Amino acid sequence: MDKTWNNKAWFLVLPVLLLVGFSAVIPLMTVVNYSVQDTFGNNVFFWAGLSWFEQVLNSSRFHDALVRNLVFSLTILAIEIPLGIFIALNMPRKGWGVPVCLVLMALPLLIPWNVVGTIWQVFGRVDIGLLGRTLAAMGIDYNYATNPVAAWVTVVVMDVWHWTSLVVLLCYAGLVSIPDAYYQAAKIDGASRWSVFRYIQLPKMHRVLLIAVLLRFMDSFMIYTEPFVVTGGGPGSTTTFLSIDLVKMAIGQFDLGPAAAMSIIYFLIILLLSWIFYTVMTNYDARR
Amino acid sequence: MNSQTNLSGARVVHRSVSASARAPSAQNDALARKMRRRGQKARFSWLVPTLYIVFLLLPIYWLVNMSFKTNAEILGGFSLFPQNPTLRNYMVIFTDPSWYSGYINSIIYVVLNTTISVAVALPAAYAFSRYRFLGDKHLFFWLLTNRMAPPAVFALPFLQLYSSFGLIDTHIAVALAHCLFNVPLAVWILEGFMSGVPKEIDETAYVDGYSFPRFFIKIFIPLISSGIGVAAFFCFMFSWVELLIARTLTTTDARPIASVMTRTVSASGLDWGVLAAAGVLTIIPGALVIYFVRNYIAKGFALGRV
Repeated sequence: MDKTWNNKAWFLVLPVLLLVGFSAVIPLMTVVNYSVQDTFGNNVFFWAGLSWFEQVLNSSRFHDALVRNLVFSLTILAIEIPLGIFIALNMPRKGWGVPVCLVLMALPLLIPWNVVGTIWQVFGRVDIGLLGRTLAAMGIDYNYATNPVAAWVTVVVMDVWHWTSLVVLLCYAGLVSIPDAYYQAAKIDGASRWSVFRYIQLPKMHRVLLIAVLLRFMDSFMIYTEPFVVTGGGPGSTTTFLSIDLVKMAIGQFDLGPAAAMSIIYFLIILLLSWIFYTVMTNYDARR
Repeated sequence: MNSQTNLSGARVVHRSVSASARAPSAQNDALARKMRRRGQKARFSWLVPTLYIVFLLLPIYWLVNMSFKTNAEILGGFSLFPQNPTLRNYMVIFTDPSWYSGYINSIIYVVLNTTISVAVALPAAYAFSRYRFLGDKHLFFWLLTNRMAPPAVFALPFLQLYSSFGLIDTHIAVALAHCLFNVPLAVWILEGFMSGVPKEIDETAYVDGYSFPRFFIKIFIPLISSGIGVAAFFCFMFSWVELLIARTLTTTDARPIASVMTRTVSASGLDWGVLAAAGVLTIIPGALVIYFVRNYIAKGFALGRV
């Protein structure tokens, strides 16, 4: 759509600017402030330069949390994206099945995140949970509170349970927008199921898949509540992702300097990812 | 095997005769084959979504199941159905102020937040969808970064910011803090919906002598009412599901249900039944309205970009 150039539009944006500025810029400035200062208590601060950044960037604690989080994000992407596409391809296109599928599949997306944690906490417990009991009955040593592998599997399966529907719904939205004529042409040419997917459905889902990948990557990169409720970051620190580590440092131990420096590094990573997201989005909008 | 030969036969027909001059029999043949294929596909394709839905519902079912059991039954035995269904767990929540006030607190700040977010996002989204202005793209991007910002980064600064204003443990503090990610979300979703409304409508209204506020309220808002509904729903949802910031900013008076739930450990151990019942009650608001937004869920989660 052609837009007219009008700087008075700034007045319409002003409330948003003030409100988000208040809740984003001021806190960020506080963080920047702490990240370059040190204190011996009593609210007396002195300049510490970039030493906190050096400390955080060189600490194995940060590296481990970062690597853990990246492995987690890539794992859930590798599972959720193909699974989501597969389910979306097999969803009904018309009839009573459509609303039923949409409503039931969207249900996990709307559950409060700590309740998602609670659900899996009770579901997986060996003494009272359906999953834990069943696995124990099958002779599998499964206890997410003591076994790191079990904790990881639980957190990954929980995320797949929680968010695969988002991929499904996005892909489904892309699929229903394909006109019937495309499929008819493919039928006439005798295209195989795979070629229909590769040359018709996948190109049409390209845009929604990109959104799905970016959203899932970013949201899993800042995951906090669900693993916090289920494992609390443990056993040990095997499921301590970046956000959990940061909250431990900032609110648990009140290590303001390192926590602030870590916040800034974390935020810069997110900023870079947001920029990729935005560029992809606006490029698509322009082509539309 | 049969369909294979049919297929190759049809390909020969298609190649030898041009598409426009195809014999009706070949067309019928193609149609019949298509229907047969549809039938074959339909026979098995329902299995995939069904299995997936079972996988989704199983943990929820277990929670609901637990919420109707007594603690003795939860810990003592293992049964797929409650043997002596009881409403005790729900009664505890509805009679104990520390439980039900959690729901009231949550609802108060969520409603406050939704109202603020949609109200300020409406004019901004209109500006982004209709006008170009100095720095518009940078501003739009900056909004996005706030939606993507990890709440963990903001938890401690929020704590200090709101305590310096004396707002700790108030509903408005949580409502304002949640604006950080909900206002950008609302702006993006509403912008997506508004861009679908043709610009000619605005121009016609201005020619007819409408002033901007009157046009906006009388004509434009009714046109995008579904968009407003979807934006409000998502603001409600994201404020409702958030735990970290809400927990950090409250202590007793405005404590949300999410935070109450994380501390159900009492002297006699964990009260599993009540915890399960509380969980079930938090799912209900989403489950109630999900039907109305079913066609917009993908759009809302993707920031209005599908």
